Amino acid sequence: MASIALRGVKKNYGKTQVVHGVDLDFASGEFVVILGPSGCGKSTLLRMIAGLEEISDGTIAIDGTVVNKLEPRERGCAMVFQNYALYPHMSVAQNIGYSLKVAGIPVAERTKRIQAVARTLELEHLLDRKPMALSGGQRQRVAMGRAMIREPKVFLFDEPLSNLDAKLRVQMRSEIRKLHRRLSATSVFVTHDQVEAMTLADRLVVMNGGRVEQVGTPAEVYSRPASRFVATFVGAPAMNMLEGEVTLDGLSLLGGSRKLGVSRAGLPVGSKVAVGIRPEAVRLVAPKTPSALEATVDLVEELGAGRVIYVDLDGAPFSVVTSETVHPAPGNTVGLQFAEGDLHFFSSETGSRLDVFKASVPEPAL
Amino acid sequence: MVERTPFLNLFTHVILFVGFVFCIAPFVIVAIAASHNIKDVNDVPMSLLPGSDFWINIQTAWTTADLGPKLLNSFIMAFGVAAGKVIISALTAFSIVYFRYPGRTFIFWLIFVTLMLPLEVRIVPTYAVVANVLEPYQTIMDLTGLSWLIEKVSGVHVALNLGMLNSYPGLILPLIATATGTFLYRQFFLTVPDELTEAARMDGAGPLRFFIDVLLPLSRNNMAALGTIMFLWAWNQYLWPLLITTDQSHATAVTELKQLIPNVGGAPEWHIAMAGTLIIMLPPMIVVVLMQRWFVRGLIATEK
Repeated sequence: MASIALRGVKKNYGKTQVVHGVDLDFASGEFVVILGPSGCGKSTLLRMIAGLEEISDGTIAIDGTVVNKLEPRERGCAMVFQNYALYPHMSVAQNIGYSLKVAGIPVAERTKRIQAVARTLELEHLLDRKPMALSGGQRQRVAMGRAMIREPKVFLFDEPLSNLDAKLRVQMRSEIRKLHRRLSATSVFVTHDQVEAMTLADRLVVMNGGRVEQVGTPAEVYSRPASRFVATFVGAPAMNMLEGEVTLDGLSLLGGSRKLGVSRAGLPVGSKVAVGIRPEAVRLVAPKTPSALEATVDLVEELGAGRVIYVDLDGAPFSVVTSETVHPAPGNTVGLQFAEGDLHFFSSETGSRLDVFKASVPEPAL
Repeated sequence: MVERTPFLNLFTHVILFVGFVFCIAPFVIVAIAASHNIKDVNDVPMSLLPGSDFWINIQTAWTTADLGPKLLNSFIMAFGVAAGKVIISALTAFSIVYFRYPGRTFIFWLIFVTLMLPLEVRIVPTYAVVANVLEPYQTIMDLTGLSWLIEKVSGVHVALNLGMLNSYPGLILPLIATATGTFLYRQFFLTVPDELTEAARMDGAGPLRFFIDVLLPLSRNNMAALGTIMFLWAWNQYLWPLLITTDQSHATAVTELKQLIPNVGGAPEWHIAMAGTLIIMLPPMIVVVLMQRWFVRGLIATEK
């Protein structure tokens, strides 16, 4: 178990900077998930912690020791790779035990520890096989075993589930979670899959463009996204965003076609904001209901447990998730209703969250 | 693509068969000639029915050319070249692919240039160096005045001399240093996924450990292919062994074959020469047959 502290960590490749000064603290035993779109620098950050990439600037400390100049093996980290990276010519047992062999641990003890790890991961009957003769899920487990056997202070996961099929992914997800509960080693898990991120994380780090956008528990990140990027990236379908402008009596949306009665709380008239509302927070009501926005249905997606309804709100795309039995058909007019507390406001310029607004009930416009 | 074209199938097989006959015919003739006696072998045209003196001719060839020790010499040389080549190729390719150091590109091109300078082109300087391996150092010391300085200070006249004529290292070493193997290995190392390298680093393996535990086992097929090619190539070397083995004790089988080929004015003992050829051809053939499976895999398939 170990805490990790990142201070002003930067990474350049030549003149291109891919990580722009990241400050993060991971507590001992915590399961942290770094979430972001591809190319946001999340893997680079992980690889810098592992020691596979040089740190261009800043420091990374594990358990209070700055590890910038240390070799991967000296940092006490173990890593699970996306493509598993098993040694193709070694058996499962040899793969798992290789780090112990390198460390010069005698065969007897090595065998004992390999057996123990194999038992935990239910790999005992596969120990003599070559990686080629294993299924994707089994390879994944061998990769985990290889990381576990060293009893590392820190576990690093680089999108380890993205090569598995959907069902296996859910299963491995819960296995990783269980494993963490038992070993309680500090874990850093990189992914672009938000479901993975939400379900696994004690704490979520959302990254974009080489910067940290938000750090918080999954619930915090979901309910109070710190920026417009986080708001639209976390949650599926994505949060609806409507462009608006501050007016004397509240907000005018979509070039003035709709109005929202909120107090403008000191923002100058004319400043641009974005209003976000989660598809799950919108209720479908009959058209002409007081205080509901009217929209035309474009497309209905059946999910089994509910439906995603894509509507057109004066040219702006808008989605609603509903589990009610209403069954609107494309072309129908529906009413959209939402609670004021479910609205999120972001600055159109910086994209950061604005908590200055006190939303009131949206007025039926036009 | 599966095609059912009986005529085309037949046609391709005919072409294959004709090619096969072209390839095998000289060997058959050699074998037949080796079974005749001196009279039959010099008939024009020679009878294509095998004679009955095959084993006698083989024995005569063996004793006349003293093939026992010569074959051993050939084997030591060919095996030494093949092994040395495999090792040095793997090491240089490892350095070029996995390390970033100043002058890497320069060294890469230096190796590349050796492709254009085969032994035959640089045979005179190579001979000079093998005659005295330390000659270049001596020259440098002479030119810089270092040897003069040493002589003045200590009274010792510096004359470095390490000759490798008539020795196995002399036969083997100059044949090892060429670039083909390095490129074969480089191509292979480039296909090894980076994540494997990183996994080894995370497991705590240093570069040498990674090389021995991961890269070498993975390149077994490559080794077999390169080793086989180099064994054949070295076995068939004629010019270099002829040049540096003035002493019979280090002569190779291929140079000794010359002894069996009738001189002008000598008895036309072509049956003996052919028998000798057969014997000398045998070891490389055995190597090819044994290594064939690995050899083909190493050249065409990438095991992923």
